[in-house]
Amino acid sequence: MKPFRRITARVAPLRRANVDTDAIIPKQFLKSIRRTGFGPYLFDEWRYLNRGEPDMDCASRPLNRDFVLNQPCYHGAQILLAGENFGCGSSREHAPWALSDYGFRVIIAPSFADIFYANCLKNGLLPIALDNAQVSALFNQVGPGYRLEVDLETQTITTPYGEKIPFALDASRKFRLLNGLDDIDLTLRQADAISAYERRRAQDAPWLFQHELSDFPR
Amino acid sequence: MISLPFPIDLNAATSGFPVAAMSPKTLYDKLWDEHLISRAADGSCLLYIDRHLLHEVTSPQAFEGLRLAGRKPWRVAANLAVADHNVPTTERFRGIDDPVSRLQVETLDRNCAEFGIKEFAMSDPQQGIVHVIGPEQGATLPGMTVVCGDSHTSTHGAFGALAFGIGTSEVEHVLATQCLVQRKAGNMLIKVEGDVGRGVTAKDIVLAIIGRIGTAGGTGHTIEFAGSAIRALSMEGRMTVCNMAIEAGARAGLIAVDETTLAYVKGRPFAPQGEQLWEQAVAAWKQLVSDEDAVFDKVVAIDASSIKPQVTWGTSPEMVVAVDAVVPDPADEADVVKREGAKRALQYMDVHPGTPITRIYLDKIFIGSCTNSRIEDLRDAAAIVRGKTLAKNIKQALVVPGSGPVKRQAEQEGLDQVFIEAGFEWREPGCSMCLAMNADRLEAGERCASTSNRNFEGRQGYGGRTHLVSPAMAAAAAIHGHFVDVRSI
Ligand code: SF4
Repeated sequence: MKPFRRITARVAPLRRANVDTDAIIPKQFLKSIRRTGFGPYLFDEWRYLNRGEPDMDCASRPLNRDFVLNQPCYHGAQILLAGENFGCGSSREHAPWALSDYGFRVIIAPSFADIFYANCLKNGLLPIALDNAQVSALFNQVGPGYRLEVDLETQTITTPYGEKIPFALDASRKFRLLNGLDDIDLTLRQADAISAYERRRAQDAPWLFQHELSDFPR
Repeated sequence: MISLPFPIDLNAATSGFPVAAMSPKTLYDKLWDEHLISRAADGSCLLYIDRHLLHEVTSPQAFEGLRLAGRKPWRVAANLAVADHNVPTTERFRGIDDPVSRLQVETLDRNCAEFGIKEFAMSDPQQGIVHVIGPEQGATLPGMTVVCGDSHTSTHGAFGALAFGIGTSEVEHVLATQCLVQRKAGNMLIKVEGDVGRGVTAKDIVLAIIGRIGTAGGTGHTIEFAGSAIRALSMEGRMTVCNMAIEAGARAGLIAVDETTLAYVKGRPFAPQGEQLWEQAVAAWKQLVSDEDAVFDKVVAIDASSIKPQVTWGTSPEMVVAVDAVVPDPADEADVVKREGAKRALQYMDVHPGTPITRIYLDKIFIGSCTNSRIEDLRDAAAIVRGKTLAKNIKQALVVPGSGPVKRQAEQEGLDQVFIEAGFEWREPGCSMCLAMNADRLEAGERCASTSNRNFEGRQGYGGRTHLVSPAMAAAAAIHGHFVDVRSI
């Protein structure tokens, strides 16, 4: 996982509440066998005027010019500003996959759906929950050329006007994100303990290690 | 190395016997403690996984994740893969028509080849439903932790193994580390005492249990099924019961090891080979029972003699009644949420309160799935079908064996002919109409007697209506065109 320390980036405002995971990435894309490549289909039904299908070439699809991500001034945005209860609906991990594949690293909203929130952090995406008032203040400020600085170490957002907004994140998740460690990295820090367990188990229960399944003829 | 912001106790694992001998433990406690590598201050534990089963639907992103991170499987030999959800059950030599299904299956083949993982590919004689082949091959053994990216992994608990379903990120985690980060669940005991009557099967026992405790009855717990009625079940029957633990809300179901377990396991391809190793394993496996005075957080007692053949009438496995009952009236339901749920279910299922179950007519019959596709299930169904023919209103009746070996065994016993002569279709092994990911499915409005485990809206095809029953009950419905009480045959 990519470590996250600090970014200064463009902000795309998505003024909607209850954006569900089906809107983030519609169900027809779930048949994919990959976790990358979802970026072009992010918010598919809002972004394009025709129905998206897996493996479609999006370059030639009719764009919905009104949709925020299609406005040139928001191209390259890495911070998404959204309404409350962002990421509700099905638990598909494809939603954070699509957001990060598109290039987002931070989502700021008044609230997030639980599973989505956890899935974001598993995939190197930083969800920041702020007060309603703070979020609407940001919505009022945002526009072409508007950039925010997000510093994870100090847990602060800095606006172009120098205003500092603190945000919360639990310690173990912050630690993981700062160091770019996914759950697997963290577990692998106990690799010695795992190996020791395996050695002990091979002695106590040797039958579990008798068959090397991979050696069987294919 | 950066230090962790929270302490992890590496000595949490109780490796020695003295501790175990002092405090009474449930079977679940024993399995948990034996696989515990460490415990973090927040209660999350690192658990060692002995067996990882994979199939084509939930594994591709996990393999891709490994590849992207440049990681290798921790212990290749612990993995066993099979294609089951998407495979066609007819003319397999023709390959898979649906390009998306085909890609998933081919991707599994490719991933297994790349990482050196043992796979039963679609054309392999041992291929079958992942939860059927694990035990059949002896890849599931007592005392193991068994996981798979599939909720019905609970099936393997029938062997006194701690077995549960996991998500795609966890599949990747197990591949990379041979461990999982988990929190311990509560202990629940369901005791079924006494003898079941003639015609009452493991499926009826587990449906009756779910009818009694509800689909959330086991939430947050691991259920141990015990009592003389459970002991009396064959391994096939025990797998049927544990399979549906997930429908009772529990991620894992368990049944203690006894002579029935040992007799089933002995001699299977991946079971311990050699007299000495076998004896050593058996000695350890005999400890896999809950201690006499172990304490459970929740206990439910059920009288086996009260259980009749069961039929679900709604869109949740808890919406179930005995075959001699009528479709219940939502008006009798005190709980508002349940009442509304029952009304919606009746509407979707197009059945009416007060209708006798035996007056429900079917369009299709499905005998298969990881709940009921093993040899005993097929024998049960064939015994009812023998010498009879399908009722006129039955448009299609499928028998889908759980695996290649089950299919061949049934053919040796002539069961395939019994079914074919009656008008059933005898298919190749796979998940098939259990979830309709392949070409086998219900059309909108069609009504099916199914031996599978989920009667959710659209599960067997968009708009399809599913009644869950035992193999014998499904067979009887096929012959009569409507549900009949198998006890009267
Ligand atoms: S048979 Fe049905 S329940 Fe079992 S693994 Fe296949 S799809 Fe899942």
